[in-house]
Amino acid sequence: MTGTVPRDTGGPSFAEHEVIERIEAFRRRRPRLRDEIVTMAHGAGGKASAALVDAVFVESFRNDELDQLGDGAVLATPRGERLAFSTDSFVVQPLRFPGGSIGHLAVHGTVNDLAMAGARPAWLSAAFVIEEGFPIVQLREIVADMAAAAAGAGVRIVTGDTKVVPTGAADGLFVTTAGVGVVPAGRAFSAAAVRPGDRVLLSGFMGDHGTAVMLARGDLDIDADVASDTAAVSELVEAMVAAAPATRWLRDPTRGGVGTVCNELAQASGLGVVLDERSLPIRPVVNGACELLGIDPLYVANEGKFVAVLDPGEADAALAAVRAHPLGADAALIGEVTDAIGATVALRTGFGGTRIVDMLVGDPLPRIC
Amino acid sequence: MRFVDEFRDPAAARRLLTAISGLAGDEEFKFMEVCGGHTHTIYRHGLEHVLPANIELVHGPGCPVCVIPMGRVDDAIWLAEQPDVVFTTFGDMMRVPGSNGNLLDAKARGADVRFVYSPLDALRIAVDNPDKRVVFFAVGFETTAPSTAVTLVRARELGVRNFSVFSNHVTIVPPIKAILDSPDLRLSGFLGPGHVSTVVGNRPYRFVPEVYGKPLVVAGFEPLDILASVAMLLRQIREGRCEVENQYSRVVRPEGNPAALALLAQVFELRPHFEWRGLGFISQSGLRLREDFADLDAEQVYDLPGVRIADPKACQCGEVLKGVLKPWECKVFGTACTPETPIGTCMVSPEGACAAYYNFGRMHRDAAQLVGQSRR
Repeated sequence: MTGTVPRDTGGPSFAEHEVIERIEAFRRRRPRLRDEIVTMAHGAGGKASAALVDAVFVESFRNDELDQLGDGAVLATPRGERLAFSTDSFVVQPLRFPGGSIGHLAVHGTVNDLAMAGARPAWLSAAFVIEEGFPIVQLREIVADMAAAAAGAGVRIVTGDTKVVPTGAADGLFVTTAGVGVVPAGRAFSAAAVRPGDRVLLSGFMGDHGTAVMLARGDLDIDADVASDTAAVSELVEAMVAAAPATRWLRDPTRGGVGTVCNELAQASGLGVVLDERSLPIRPVVNGACELLGIDPLYVANEGKFVAVLDPGEADAALAAVRAHPLGADAALIGEVTDAIGATVALRTGFGGTRIVDMLVGDPLPRIC
Repeated sequence: MRFVDEFRDPAAARRLLTAISGLAGDEEFKFMEVCGGHTHTIYRHGLEHVLPANIELVHGPGCPVCVIPMGRVDDAIWLAEQPDVVFTTFGDMMRVPGSNGNLLDAKARGADVRFVYSPLDALRIAVDNPDKRVVFFAVGFETTAPSTAVTLVRARELGVRNFSVFSNHVTIVPPIKAILDSPDLRLSGFLGPGHVSTVVGNRPYRFVPEVYGKPLVVAGFEPLDILASVAMLLRQIREGRCEVENQYSRVVRPEGNPAALALLAQVFELRPHFEWRGLGFISQSGLRLREDFADLDAEQVYDLPGVRIADPKACQCGEVLKGVLKPWECKVFGTACTPETPIGTCMVSPEGACAAYYNFGRMHRDAAQLVGQSRR
């Protein structure tokens, strides 16, 4: 079983590995924006999103902080303290789903982005775009969810804005939050620190949020008991970093899921990531629902999880620390970083097969957060 | 919903792989999996690289999205852009390129295009929106045709007048015949379609061993199904047999589903010929609505442009669909033609050989085996 030479079918004059190399070179080019209008694919977090952000936003706003393209920017004050700053908009439909609401997401999303930048989240802003006719009782409930989520995460919502637009100009309610946190001295997560042999940790079951929202829309006629995992992970991150101070890199696998985050890791580090299918924590009910719908759970959104790259010597301690926390009880080491496969993500399947885990093209589940 | 794990048991897979290696010896074998669903499973689970190198799986024409010609996509987009039309289809069809963009582009331009999981959902949209005209873009083999037929019968019962079907249903036997008649390919046998066979049974394939002398095993869609079917094909060859066997017996009965077949006969008739992407016109291979259903037939209700569009020159989908070329052997594969900017249909559907290879299989065998074996 060691075919070292790609099989020749007598057809083309090139070999499979040459084609693969050509494709990889092609993929390393900056994504090009060819479209004339914005489509849903530009909001899906995949390659089309990257092309839009790169060609329109980064091109116009260019600066050192933005060029990092992290979940949040890390900014130094004149006295040398470092602040993380992040913003996110929420357009989830329906506004309420098993396990949470747009209010929970709006707080947890920004808190988690700050935590991924290494910060202890402190302050949030909240801006509301409300469609004329929206029931105030619903608005109150959502705002109460935000207050509870903020209290739980130890952050304060310190400024805000309200806009009302005519019926039809928005779909109920859109919420935008921004947040600021303080990065402890000496802490710097960076893809540049990632090394071959590093281990990859996922802090719990994957795919719960996307599956819960999809099923809550009710147009699939599937009944399954799945709740969103929406939660602030900042405390969990602190617990892990205390046990694993050499933690290299963090990212929350929201839109695009674990598969997309691992691709971002590969691109940012220039190294490969090998995931082990049998180690991936997933609830059987989520796996079953995804199987029925033909969706790969690796690409389904999470709202209370993180992916961490760890020094191999600290991986077990990090896992133990995460598992000791109620939010991390189902955490697992899901793979490792390698220099053997270029800057790609591969999955070792159940019986030793291997496949690529690529960036997603087109989101099967829009408006998930 | 704990139904998936028992068909992905690693120990059972290892036993099957040992059996396959023993049966195959050093001889070279080339088996075609007819179904796009099989192709997807093979790449998604990395089967290509766990099989011995002397067993080659060749991808067949059974991806319903891949075989739709460009002109039909243009007709679909034209339909979607008619006033008051709500155009419905399966999600995969949204990204199939016509000569000027795809249905997603039409949607972004303002057309009301929605994806549904079942044609009955499209009918429900029609019932709920009496002021709209709902069209369902029906594609697929005998697998999905019965659900379209059920929907049409139901629409008739309900007296729904604002609903029609744009039928692009095709049948599985003619393309298999076309491939067997093609001189380009020397196959050792077939993994027969699983889902199609739940409807048509396994008798329609008898001509494969009887006329063409090739064994065929109707195969399921889990990784273990594929491995078991490969072992069954090899066993037939080693025992000097050549017949139709059914590995997918937990689902497929020899006679198929007589109720579904009766329904198909009630609603559909064979077209004299139908164009297949990359394969050209194949006679008696497409299904259209019978005259009784003319008022629900989008081809009769609307004055479709019906312009035939030649496949792009660079595109070698036809050779890929026939299994003559492996996906990566196509000249535009992975550079000009990618899942985001597909030129050919095989790069669109997750069941298309090119998309499956690009998304899952794009790895050198050595690297894949290195990764596969380096379990901690």
